[in-house]
Amino acid sequence: MNGWIFAIIQTLCVVLFAPFMAGWVKWLKCKLQNRQGAVPWQPYRDLLRLSRKQVVLAETASPIFRVAPYLVFSVTVVATSIVPIFSVQIPTAALADVIVLVGFLALTRFFLSLAGMDIGTAFGGMGSSREVTISSLAEPALLMAFFTLAMNASSTNLSSVISHLAQSQFILYPSLIFSSMGFILVALAETGRIPIDNPATHLELTMIHEAMILEYSGRHLALMEWAAMLKLTLYAVLIANFIVPWGVAMTLAPEAIAIGVYSITCKLLVLGYFLAVAETVQAKMRLFRAPHFLGLAFILSLLGMMSHIVLEVR
Amino acid sequence: MSLTIAQLAVLASFLSAIVPLLFLRHPHLLVRTSFFLLGLSGIASAWAGGMTLLTNHAEQIVLPIGLPWLHVFLRIDPLSGFFFFIVGFITFTAACYGPTYIREHIGGQHPIGTLTFFTGLFVCGMLLVLLAADAFSFMIAWELMSVASYFLVAYQHDQAENRSAAFIYLLMAVVGGAFILLAYGVLAGFCDSFSFASMAAAHLSPTWATIAFLFAFIGFGMKAGIVPLHVWLPQAHPVAPSHISALMSGVMLKVAIYGFIRFVYDLLGVMHWQWGVLVLLIGAVSAVFGVLYAFMQNDLKRLLAYSSVENIGIIYIGLGLSMIFHATGHLEVAALALIAALYHCLNHALFKSLLFLGAGAVLQQSHQHDMEKMGGLIKKMPVTATCFLVGCISISALPPFNGFVSEWLTYQAALQGPVLRSGILGAMIPVASAMLALTGALVTACFVKVYGVIFLGLPRSPQAAETQETSFGMQFAQVILALCCLFFGIFPTWTVSAINVIAENLIGTGLSKAAGDGWLWLTPIGKQTASYGAPAILLGLLASWLIVYVLLHSRRDNQTRIGPAWDCGFGPLTPRMQYTASAFAMPIRRIFSYVWCIVEKIEPAHHGKGPRYFLQTYDWIWLVIYVPIGKLILHLAKRASLLQGGNLRVYLSYSFFTLLFLLWVIV
Repeated sequence: MNGWIFAIIQTLCVVLFAPFMAGWVKWLKCKLQNRQGAVPWQPYRDLLRLSRKQVVLAETASPIFRVAPYLVFSVTVVATSIVPIFSVQIPTAALADVIVLVGFLALTRFFLSLAGMDIGTAFGGMGSSREVTISSLAEPALLMAFFTLAMNASSTNLSSVISHLAQSQFILYPSLIFSSMGFILVALAETGRIPIDNPATHLELTMIHEAMILEYSGRHLALMEWAAMLKLTLYAVLIANFIVPWGVAMTLAPEAIAIGVYSITCKLLVLGYFLAVAETVQAKMRLFRAPHFLGLAFILSLLGMMSHIVLEVR
Repeated sequence: MSLTIAQLAVLASFLSAIVPLLFLRHPHLLVRTSFFLLGLSGIASAWAGGMTLLTNHAEQIVLPIGLPWLHVFLRIDPLSGFFFFIVGFITFTAACYGPTYIREHIGGQHPIGTLTFFTGLFVCGMLLVLLAADAFSFMIAWELMSVASYFLVAYQHDQAENRSAAFIYLLMAVVGGAFILLAYGVLAGFCDSFSFASMAAAHLSPTWATIAFLFAFIGFGMKAGIVPLHVWLPQAHPVAPSHISALMSGVMLKVAIYGFIRFVYDLLGVMHWQWGVLVLLIGAVSAVFGVLYAFMQNDLKRLLAYSSVENIGIIYIGLGLSMIFHATGHLEVAALALIAALYHCLNHALFKSLLFLGAGAVLQQSHQHDMEKMGGLIKKMPVTATCFLVGCISISALPPFNGFVSEWLTYQAALQGPVLRSGILGAMIPVASAMLALTGALVTACFVKVYGVIFLGLPRSPQAAETQETSFGMQFAQVILALCCLFFGIFPTWTVSAINVIAENLIGTGLSKAAGDGWLWLTPIGKQTASYGAPAILLGLLASWLIVYVLLHSRRDNQTRIGPAWDCGFGPLTPRMQYTASAFAMPIRRIFSYVWCIVEKIEPAHHGKGPRYFLQTYDWIWLVIYVPIGKLILHLAKRASLLQGGNLRVYLSYSFFTLLFLLWVIV
């Protein structure tokens, strides 16, 4: 029972932390680009303001458009709840494994793209078309990277995978290196960051995610934005706990959890810094360069899996 | 008991073909009797099949009909019972859907009696294929199924394209049937009778076993629609009436899978891993190829037909994995992969029938085949749109619906690849699972396009703007199927436990631990390895939804305002400003451009008309393999026609020399 309560509290913490993560990256980016920048907790103010505003719906909107924000947000929250963040001892990880996690992310994207096509404007359709194109290349790479990790731990359960990675001796397995590289590339694409998408733009030639949610307003927009921030945090957590798993608690003892909270916060802040630097030093790609980027991710993940099977299975 | 009910089901389907012919003068009565009997047959066969599967027993009966030394063997066991259930259930929903769907054909130029007659025979043939326990009656039932469905495809034969589609279908069905006959012939050479029991007991040398396997693979594959034997599918499915398309795609392809499983697992008796590799590779190619071609289609039913190719590919991936693990002695993983394949058979039957029935409703209301002329139907047809959405989510393998469970099981089997300890096989399985992952992602993209273009946005043609919700019977059939999609997604543990007996019978071992932790948890190998608790996930989703909803709606003054969409100040939005289906598919078309044969043409503007853009995608396999074969056969036929000189003396001399030759051979 303690485990379930802990899992719910952990999920709530991450859901509440997510806007700070997004604000932190934005603030760092501003500093790196010699701009003033809003404070890192600005997203909280934005979300609060949006949730108080009146919702303006287009006449052509169907129920899908109104359902999508709630669905996208709650599915992302449930996806967060199955990931071990502070401690690997969470009972929710047994409910759903990495494949279900990928399925959840695909489900949010499915409804996000449908919502984009619902109003009947050109922007929404454009965003949806680009989104499904990018994700249909990114998702296989993501699955392959996860499979390599799962084969290493001979389990697809996220708790088992992370505790296996944290407890095993530190050896630079080629499979882990390749699949981590593939995973990082996919994470950039899936969270809509530079070089695939630019979260800070509203130019028709460059936007993907923003184009789909262009027609949203009020609390619907707040939910969509929050879900996107949560997704960014979720990917950051996955990178942190897969690649540098040390520090994550193995038990539910208070001291271990305290170390887990401390370590994951540090890891996320550092990852945010790397993301800000990466977004500052490179430019966004043309849309039709994206397949090369994602193809590379796919090949890296596949190589990781191959090298695990050919070299590491004894 | 269940065999008796099964025979009654066959009888009812036969009667649904024959009896209505008495009422040819009263078409409404004819339609009602026919579909009533068909529905009865569906319920009876679903009952018989379900009972056999759940009680895990087999019954056999020998009917003394036919030739004196060739009795008809009928048998029902868990494997055929499972497929009996699928056929029966989908037939039942088609029977609910049919009466109002074919109402517009009453009094039309095509006699309604033809349609009901061949529908009854078609279902009768499929049920008999599943019951047959000897090669002779199997082949007769198989050909009955093929020929009856040919007449259904050719039903609206006044259009040339329908005739050619039906002809290609018949041709490939006949060739496929010949291959199956050859496969049984090889087996019959090693035993003394045509019954399946004696065939299963026969011992074949590895070479002959491989030859028989290849014949069966091609023969059943032609009906199932694996690449490159799929070309009849996208032509035949769109032209048949929609409830027939649902039966053909949802059920008939599964009967072919049944035949393949029966032949390989039951009759051949031995298993070689090379066969599994072939099945796995062809399955992976079919899956990717099918979904890429589906994505490019703008005719809804054609798109669904290509998507059937993709789903058959996924089933073959499961079967291939199962065969590889079976041949190398990893029986439990083999059982897991087989169960995944069977589960996907059930799921595909459910969601593909649902989608075809939905497509039929859209077609009946809008009279449009072309997706580019639809749009905004969700406001006019809310029930159909909701059911279709469930179908789209299920086919895209998204949790918590049923399509996800079978793909999850397939992945779990593929992840056991390292137990093989063989470099080549070990490398093959990751590639196959990569293909499966790519397929899954592309299917989601494809069905976002389908749903977004047809049901969302603004109507793209006046016909689409004037659609209405369909009749009760048609809605009922779709709602039932949609609920089943949810049910089999939420309670996979029960389904897997039920299918498990098939694996126990065919492979010798089942998944002992699949439901070891209670019905909430699906744990195919063990709780440590992987677990999936679908009911709890659904509950969690609903709970978090409720919390968010309540929190955001706590303020009273937070009303929603409805207004026109923002048009950038340039005047109202028109339907032509929306993304079209072709535009939506354009990035994928450009990225994978070498997969299709794409013909693009731009007509410049003239006479006050704007420029026009034409786009056609053709099937490479049709152009590269089938067209040359057709040309070659025509060429050979022309050569052979030289024999036919028209001169009586020459013909007489042919007879004379043939006679001489035969005498020489005999003496």
